[in-house]
Amino acid sequence: MTMAVAGSAFAGQSSPWVSRIAVAAVHFFVIVLFLGSVQTNTWAAILGFLAIHAYSVAVLVYWSRMARSAAGDTVIVALTVEYLLICVLFWELFSLWAWSTFFGLVLVQICAFAMVRYWRELRHAPPTAWFGMVVILIYVMIAATAPIIAPFGETEIVASEYEPWGGKFLMGTDNLGRDTLTRIIYGARNTVGFAFVTTVLAFVLGGFAGLLAATLRGWVDQALGRLVDILMAIPSLIFALLILTVVGTSIMSLVVVIAVLDSTRVFRLARAVAMNVVVLEFVEAANLRGEGLWWIIRREILPNVMPPLVAEFGLRFCFVFLFISALSFLGLGIQPPTADWGSMVRDNATLISFAAGDFQLALTPLVPAAAIALLTVGVNFVVDWFLHKASGLKE
Amino acid sequence: MSDIGKMVAQRLGLGLLTLFVVSLIIFLGVELLPGDIAQEILGQAATEETVAAFRRELGLNLPPHERYIAWLVNLLQGDFGKSLANKREISELLDVRLWNTLFLAAVAAVISVPLALTLGILAALYRNSIFDRAVNIMTLSSISFPEFFVAYILILFLAVNLGVFPSISNISEELSFGERVYRCILPALTLTLVVVAHMMRMTRAAIINLLASPYIEMARLKGLKPGRIIVKHALPNALAPIINVVAINLAYLVVGVVIVEVVFVYPGLGQLLVDSVSKRDIPVVQACSLVFAMTYILLNLLADVLSILSNPRLLHPR
Amino acid sequence: MNAEAKTTAKTDGQSDVILTMRGLRIEGYADEVWHEIVHGVDVTLRRGEVLGLIGESGAGKSTIGLAAMGFARDGCRISGGQIIFDGIDLTKASDDELRALRGSRIAYVAQSAAAAFNPAHRLIDQYCEAPVQHGIMPRSEAEADAKDLYGRLQLPDPDGIGFRYPHQVSGGQLQRAMTAMAMACRPDLIVFDEPTTALDVTTQIEVLAAIKNIVQQFDTAALYITHDLAVVSQMADRIMVLRYGNLVEEGETRPIVEDPQKDYTRDLLAVRTFRKPPVDEPEGDIPLLRVENVTAAYGKVPVLSGVSMDIHEKRTVAVVGESGSGKSTTARVITGLLPPSEGRVLYEGQALDPTYRKRSKDELRRLQMIYQMPDTAINPRQRVRDIIGRPLEFYLAIRGEEKEARVRQLLQMIELDPDDFIDRHPGELSGGQKQRICIARALAAEPELIICDEVTSALDQLVAEEILKLLQRLQDDLGLAYMFITHDLATVKAIADEIVVMLAGEVVEQGPKQEILTPPHHEYTELLLSSVPEMDPDWLDRVLEDRAAAI
Repeated sequence: MTMAVAGSAFAGQSSPWVSRIAVAAVHFFVIVLFLGSVQTNTWAAILGFLAIHAYSVAVLVYWSRMARSAAGDTVIVALTVEYLLICVLFWELFSLWAWSTFFGLVLVQICAFAMVRYWRELRHAPPTAWFGMVVILIYVMIAATAPIIAPFGETEIVASEYEPWGGKFLMGTDNLGRDTLTRIIYGARNTVGFAFVTTVLAFVLGGFAGLLAATLRGWVDQALGRLVDILMAIPSLIFALLILTVVGTSIMSLVVVIAVLDSTRVFRLARAVAMNVVVLEFVEAANLRGEGLWWIIRREILPNVMPPLVAEFGLRFCFVFLFISALSFLGLGIQPPTADWGSMVRDNATLISFAAGDFQLALTPLVPAAAIALLTVGVNFVVDWFLHKASGLKE
Repeated sequence: MSDIGKMVAQRLGLGLLTLFVVSLIIFLGVELLPGDIAQEILGQAATEETVAAFRRELGLNLPPHERYIAWLVNLLQGDFGKSLANKREISELLDVRLWNTLFLAAVAAVISVPLALTLGILAALYRNSIFDRAVNIMTLSSISFPEFFVAYILILFLAVNLGVFPSISNISEELSFGERVYRCILPALTLTLVVVAHMMRMTRAAIINLLASPYIEMARLKGLKPGRIIVKHALPNALAPIINVVAINLAYLVVGVVIVEVVFVYPGLGQLLVDSVSKRDIPVVQACSLVFAMTYILLNLLADVLSILSNPRLLHPR
Repeated sequence: MNAEAKTTAKTDGQSDVILTMRGLRIEGYADEVWHEIVHGVDVTLRRGEVLGLIGESGAGKSTIGLAAMGFARDGCRISGGQIIFDGIDLTKASDDELRALRGSRIAYVAQSAAAAFNPAHRLIDQYCEAPVQHGIMPRSEAEADAKDLYGRLQLPDPDGIGFRYPHQVSGGQLQRAMTAMAMACRPDLIVFDEPTTALDVTTQIEVLAAIKNIVQQFDTAALYITHDLAVVSQMADRIMVLRYGNLVEEGETRPIVEDPQKDYTRDLLAVRTFRKPPVDEPEGDIPLLRVENVTAAYGKVPVLSGVSMDIHEKRTVAVVGESGSGKSTTARVITGLLPPSEGRVLYEGQALDPTYRKRSKDELRRLQMIYQMPDTAINPRQRVRDIIGRPLEFYLAIRGEEKEARVRQLLQMIELDPDDFIDRHPGELSGGQKQRICIARALAAEPELIICDEVTSALDQLVAEEILKLLQRLQDDLGLAYMFITHDLATVKAIADEIVVMLAGEVVEQGPKQEILTPPHHEYTELLLSSVPEMDPDWLDRVLEDRAAAI
């Protein structure tokens, strides 16, 4: 009995120390790098240093509070490698430091933390779900570090059009002589990034309205419900085309229009699941206690509707992602010269007709299309598993 | 009986109201356009007189509500106005193309609906078997593919490499029925692949949901054969969800043709819409949107009414 | 033809035993592992005998009942032992063999008839399905037979009722129609799975009488599954007491009820004997809570008309009635969830605002509520610490260490170990423990009156008894007043000082407990009181005789 306790205590203690030492080492390394690059641009370097410093402190604090497992250490090693990437970026490609890169890395970090936290469940995930998670992680990594790993500039014309595969241009060049691989890498950042932002916006809008409608009921529910009914009565592609004709196809209008159209679906779901929770007695008890609206939504309802909403986030993301790609394919989405998978297919589609003898020709338009398909497949696999788990827990 | 009649009437009324509001939105959407349409279309070079003349031609000098009423009255008489790009009557443009689009959607529906329902029922019956898992993975993947990806893959293999089907589906009225079906088989296949997955998954979910209910357990405990349980006990209660699934997907077929039509250069409504959007030919965009929205709303309405009619509790009130 | 087969079987000198289960083991799938839920139970049932299976939730009684048909629900499997029905081992039988037996020779009556009838077909179509599909009789014969059985089961309009759809028939009638359906092929064995649990007491007695009568008429063997010892002692010849998938005790009904050998059985029998000691008459003229002539409606459906009652300090008022009597609605009016259309609610002589939104924090604090379903009454995503701590923080502004100490003190009051329970989520608690947390949450607000809405109905009997004792102790210690809403007269007898009897939104009788419980009763109170099953095997026959005599 005593032995077992001692053993488990030892096992429990060893792992946080490993992680702390790892973070401390990286921290030290950053300081060295900082000293090396001080003369380049002092103010930016100091700001960057402070940001990384604050970040590692936050990581340390969070780690010391987290439940740990053997898998945790694996992920921590992965994290350290990823942390090194920040440093490389900071050091060598200082001019390319961008918020989007920082944001992408934070996303990677969140993924890693989620993996440590939910390792117990992840271990039982089926191969399809693992496949999906790996795909998502790779995409996020590529999107985050696009400026570093891309061989050329996003809009740089580097050769004549339609260069074959291999050699200097791994995937050849496109209809204007830009490097296809570079465009694909930047496309990950643009297409995925816009889809993500749009989905988040749709969820903030639709989710909040849905929870509000379910909690308040009465005329608020009626008014929002009717509005959404009308918006949903028009097929979204048609509606989007109509509005984009009117307001023009800037990125801003694209994101807002699609987010608003999509928030109607989120509204429906959020309202429906919240309705199931609102009728339960613990919400009634909170009402009778005299709790305010905000408290009830945040503390009583939101934690109970999270699983279906998280799953819906995945599905919505796929939908928005396909939707933006479709619009771009029609030439009405993300506008050139920004690299984007949908427009890449459109720009190079003519190659397919000439692919009778030479299969490789067809690949130039098909690779971006496959890139779109692969990510949606990955997300769908993960969501499918998640939904299966969530419904399994209910029984 | 009166109850159900009331509900159906209510839905129909609501559908009409929605149509009306949608026409208003489509009209107002253009109204809210920042700047002057006439100026924008004619470009900066146009003189003030030509712009004023163009405004008069478009009827822009009238107040919005009068124009809306005039537009609506004309619509009801089948007059959609004239295209800005080539000055042709829009109704003329729409006529042939609408039928082409419906024809394509119909071919796709004829293939996909029976296929999806059969697959869905089979997957529900043999759930958690290898068959079910394989179908699950396949459908999940095909839902995730963008339509143009599926379309180009089909073109690459069936048209370019094997040369079985044409990669461009230019149909016209002179062609025989068989020839038309042959030419639009690739776009129809693309649509089928996209729609079948969704329809099949929802059919499966609806039936599995039902198979867990106590009356199905009761039927099993009465010693009935599995086939009879599905046909007599599960299907009558699964009708409403299945009708809904089919209707949603039919609506999707009509609307989702836009991309497929562009890929295969099919002379349908979607192609016209996309062309007009890039040309900013606003009256045509309005007309196409309205026709698409109408089809969509009507199909959803039909589903709604049919699922009310298939509910035994409503059909046989207390 | 079936009947012929049966007689030949009997004259062939086959054994008297229709069903034997030996060492029956059943496993259930949870958390990705198979757990054994029935651990080797032996059951023997003779022809024409009624065997009662009794136990609390988790005893495995329904699972055993279904196993008697060779059936295991999704997520369950029969993992060991033999199930021999009339010489056929059901664990080894093929699907076709099982199908041939089910519905024709072994039939099933489910707990909720409303859910077990297919909503898309008429009752008689569902009745005829088994006999026609098993090839026992043609449709016309089956229909005639159905009408005959409907009549024997005392269903109103036996010729016409079969042509209705399930949703057009009341719950008690549906349960009898389901019994008729089970009888359709004159099976050798019927499994009754809690057939009266979902019904009101006055309906239950009719269904019990009908089932008992028909089983005797056709000399059918039956497995009667229930959690209620009083009910089973009316129906069964022999009783098996089960707990956690094991057999506790088995024997003839009368010896089991009159002289149980095992402690667990004794506990089950003693469950309704708790009595609150009598208290003094209320002092003072102003009641703590007065409901004055309240009339209320949901939309246009009237649910309460002219309801009045008083609740005095430190006393328990039990409001009793069947479903639809308006007892819970009265609580909703008092708490301000449903503003009445007429009448008012007074607290210490002061009128409370009709809606809770406009009541002061202090008014809300003094009146707390405990719900029927502990599962849904506490937020599954909050820890015990937060559930109990929130009222402390919200009403009394207690924070930090003081709050922690108070939460621990409250946990001790409800007899849960603070160290063990304070960080748990509701999912890690049993039903009884959850209900205790609900009580603690109500106590945290330091209320004067607690409304208990069917607080013991969702719990197993032994657990319910503990909760009642706890509530009583808390009343003695803290001087609380209770409004106790229940449909269960045993609970009323146990805990009430005063009783209010409700029927169809009106108060039919109210007064001190002694007065209400001693004759002469109001007509409805009499019906209610006489319908509560007693632990006496002769009770049902006696009541039916009395009622027949009265008419």
